[in-house]
Parts: sequence; structure tokens; C-alpha cells
Amino acid sequence: MQDRTRNIYLIPYMLWIILFVIAPIALIMYYSMFNIDGAFSLENYTRFFTPVYLSMTFRSFWYAAIITGVSLLVAYPTAYLLTKTEHKQLWLLLIILPSWINLLLKAYAFIGILGFYGPVNSFLNIIGIGTRQILFTDFSFIFVAVYIFIPYMILPIFNALEELNPSLVAAARDLGASSWTTFRRVIFPLTFSGVKAGCRAVFIPALSLFMITRLIAGNRVITLGTAIEQHFLVTQDWGMGSTIAVFLIIAMGLTMILTENGKRVN
Amino acid sequence: MKKVMQMFTVIIILALGLMYLTFVLNSQQGYSSRNTLSVYNWGDYIDPDLITKFEKETGIKIIYQTFDSNEAMLTKIAHGGTTFDIAIPSDYAINKMKEQGLLIPLDHSKIPNLKYIDPRFLDLPFDENNEYSAPYFWGTLGIIYNPEVLEDMEFKSWNDLWDERLRNEILLYDSAREVIGMGLNSLSYSLNETDTDRLLEAKRKLDTLTPNIKAIVGDEVKMLLANEEAAIGVVWSGDASEIIGENDKLDYVIPDEGTNVWFDNIVIPASAKNVEGAHLFINFMLDPENAAQNTEYVGYSTPNMKALAYLPEEITGDVRFYPGRDITDKFELYENLGKKMTAYYNELFLEFKMHRK
Repeated sequence: MQDRTRNIYLIPYMLWIILFVIAPIALIMYYSMFNIDGAFSLENYTRFFTPVYLSMTFRSFWYAAIITGVSLLVAYPTAYLLTKTEHKQLWLLLIILPSWINLLLKAYAFIGILGFYGPVNSFLNIIGIGTRQILFTDFSFIFVAVYIFIPYMILPIFNALEELNPSLVAAARDLGASSWTTFRRVIFPLTFSGVKAGCRAVFIPALSLFMITRLIAGNRVITLGTAIEQHFLVTQDWGMGSTIAVFLIIAMGLTMILTENGKRVN
Repeated sequence: MKKVMQMFTVIIILALGLMYLTFVLNSQQGYSSRNTLSVYNWGDYIDPDLITKFEKETGIKIIYQTFDSNEAMLTKIAHGGTTFDIAIPSDYAINKMKEQGLLIPLDHSKIPNLKYIDPRFLDLPFDENNEYSAPYFWGTLGIIYNPEVLEDMEFKSWNDLWDERLRNEILLYDSAREVIGMGLNSLSYSLNETDTDRLLEAKRKLDTLTPNIKAIVGDEVKMLLANEEAAIGVVWSGDASEIIGENDKLDYVIPDEGTNVWFDNIVIPASAKNVEGAHLFINFMLDPENAAQNTEYVGYSTPNMKALAYLPEEITGDVRFYPGRDITDKFELYENLGKKMTAYYNELFLEFKMHRK
């Protein structure tokens, strides 16, 4: 009897998973098997292994890795400082607040801020560096992407640091470890799960970024996300678009498995 | 929680009440599909005074809706559930709609004003004999630049864009047909080229343009150029007139080799409920005086010969937007190249975008 009621509670969840996770993935797999003429073939898969798409894949990974790395470098010290502040919840709220604003709106704001006549360039002018091309460069792309993703990196790290038992740090110091050794041997390993969760939350969406590649990077950065968008909206080659999506899903799955395994070893 | 539920109930009841009220009001004023006309047009693409004028003249009430891309319009009409009596798509979209049987043929006897249209803009490949569409506005693809920044430079040819002084200055549309077409034009090839050797040649030539390109963007191009973020861009004449309206320092030119010409035509979708009213509307919009008034408001180029007489010389004498026959003869329409060739154009465009400085 109890089992049955439990199963009833499962129904909404299962329906959700089937409708919005399994069915779409199955559809993507199905579409990827058709070439542009609508004939069944594996042509799209061989086409993926041509230099154009391989270098695009490489670039997507490269930029996603840089975005994740920079986010981590900024987020870890921030999260660490946060745990030491008095009004933690307020500071945390301020960090999360920007993520409530629509992504498109933020991207448009950055076009104004980073533009030739924007505040950043006026500042550079005042301090004597002079006007620089900031918008439509790799720098602006990575900067804006990091800005967008950073809350997702800070939160898990902050949680891990909060859970860390302070007596462990005190013990390490009492036993004569320097602060660097304490960090390297005690704090970082114990918060590593948070770091991994953060990297996963940033790396995976960064892999398929497409809108800010146009708005902020002016299509100077081309990722797999851009290619999918183009195939679906312009070329109407749904097969090739789906094939790229299949590879993205595989890449994301691999990322999940890799970051998951490490946890079990710990 | 209970309060929230109560609020929701109140809101839903209110909404239903309002819906009923509009229904009652509409039927009291006698609005039904017979004396209403539902128009589907691009945003800000008609003089609102003309809508009022049409309503007064005919007693037909216009329900106006807008779209922002041909693709969005196509999908909405193709999926059904809409009853638009009038739509204003561009040339290639009309061709697609025709192929998919989404249009009703025009009854030319009910549109006598068609005779005022310049014969150059009638009977075009996308709709032979204007069986399904009547011209609304037209335009070109050209170069917009800031003469103050690029003082001693002249732009007569597409090849002028390859000048070394333009390092990191050019803005392009994120659109395969336009960019590859620019490469083809600069080599004096056809915009509808299907020969892969020539297409590859155009792509290699475009690769050498990469150092001059600042960004490949979408609609933001208007804002960026008007704000002088870049000194030069390749844009549609319609966008150009809008940009110049905001920042009159800029100038627009049509390159000598020729360029793409585009049309937005009025059509009657197959789902139309008021076909009679739709013909009245088309004839009304093609009336020279109305067309002139609309042109002054919208700022695009009118295909109506007689309307030109009602427009000030500074508009009609502007060869940037009303080029002579010697120039229009070099224009080319985009033909529907089929799925395979479209995919190839996009593949080349993707490779071009990936080419690094």
C-alpha cells in the first residue's frame, strides 16, 4: 500500500523527465540521422569530423575552460572572504542579485559600457591610457561570460567553506602548518567538492554559449552553440544542428562523469 | 497561501469579465470578420494616420499586428490558427509562401492603382505577373560610412572595403547571403552563383577582408553606427535611412558593381476572412497620395511612380535611395537557391567567420 502511494508521488516527476528530458534527447538523436535532403544517413556524423567542426569544437572547449578557470580564480577568494564577513546573507544576496536580471538586458548594457563612448573608455582616457577597442574582443567576451556565470561558481564554494569545521583549520595551525600549507592541505581538499560543483555549473553552459558570442564578441568567437543556432534558424538543416547537439550532450555527460568520479575517490 | 489563491481567483474572474466586455462592445459596434481587416506587418512600417483614413473611408476596422522577421511571419502563418487578411513579407518569403500554397491570388480588376507602379518593379521572378503580390517598398544593400572619420576616402566599389586604412572598422550583418554576396559582387559574379569554384574564390577573397572587420552583428548594427562605434558598415538601404535619420553625419552609397535589391510586397494569406476588404486595402495603399504620405513617414523607397510627384525633391532626387535606371539595371534579386545551396552558402559563411585575423 505504502509502495503504491509512493509510486503515485513519482508520476509527476517521471512525466516531467519523459516529456522534457528523454523525449527531446530522443528527438535530437532521431533528427541527427537525416541529411539535408531528408534521407536517412550518417552523413552528418562524418561531416562533424571535418576540420571546420573539429576546430569549432576545440574552440568551444578552449573558451569554456578559460571562462571556468577565470571564474574559479575570482570566485574562490570571494567565497572565502564571504565566510569571514559579518552580514553573510546580505553579501550573498548582492552577488546573486544580478542573476535575476535578464541575460539579454545585461548583454545590451555591456555594449554601452564597453563601447567607444562608454564609461570604461572615458575612464581610460582620464587616466591617460586613451580610447581602446574593448567591445568585440576576446577580453570582453570572457569578461562578460565570467560576470554572468560567477554566482554559480561562488555559491557551491561558499557552501563548502561554510560546512568546513573550523576546528580542523585551528588544529592544522596548532600543529605548526603555515597558512599556505593549511590552505593547500586542509581547506582546499575539504572544499574540493564545492569547486567541482561550481566548475560543472559554469563549464557546461559555457560550452554552448551563443548569444553573447554575437552581441559582445561580434562573432569573432565562434562556438558550437553558434553553429547550432545557424543550422536551425537559417540553413534549416536540422539534421546537422542536431548532430552538433548530440556531440554537445556527450561532452556534457563526460564532464559530469569526470567530476563525479573524483568525488567517490575522496 | 490562501490569500494568494484568492488573489488568483479574483484576477482570473476579472480577466474573463473583461474578455466578455470587449466581445459585447465589439458586437455592439458591429465589428465582425466582415468589417474588420487584420493586417500583419513589420514594426513601424506604416503611417498610423493612413490606418485612420482607411477606416473612415471604408468603415472597415483595422486590427494591426507586427512581426520582426520573415521567418517568424512565415512560421506563424504556416502553422495556421491565424486569420490575417493582409501580410507584407519580403521577396524570397513570398516565393516560399507561394510554393507552400499559403497565398490567395490577387484580383487585378479590384486593384486599378497597380498601374502607378514603376514597371521596373513589376513581374519579378519571385512572383511572375504579380499574381500574388503588390509592391509596397523596395531597397538595396550598400555601404554606410562616416565621412568625418574617413575624410579622404571614397566608396565607389565593394573593393574599397579592402583598403588597409579601414583596419578593424567594418560592421557586417550576421547573414550568409549578404556577406557571401558581397564577396561575389566584388568579383563581379552573380549573387545567385552556384558554381563552387567561384563561391570558394569569393570566400577566399572575404578571408582577406578579416583584418578590416570589427564585428558581425544583427540589428544592433543600427545602434552601433548611429553612436559612431564604427565608421563604416554594410547595411540595407532601409536601415541606412533610419541610421542617417538619427545621425546625419553618415552617408550611404550603392557600389558600382551592383548589389542586391529587395522588395516588401503586400499579399493576402490563404487564411484571409475578408478578401474583399483586403483588395480595398491594397488599392488604398497603392493610391499615389497615400503612398507618398506613407513614404514620408516610413522613409523607405516607394515603387509608386505617381507618388514621386507628391514627394519633395529632396527625397525623390536622392540617388542613394532613388537610383536611376542605369544603376538599377545592375541590381540582382536573391533567387531561391534550394536547401542544398543555401546550406553550402552557410557553410562558407561559418568558415569565413571562423577565419582569424
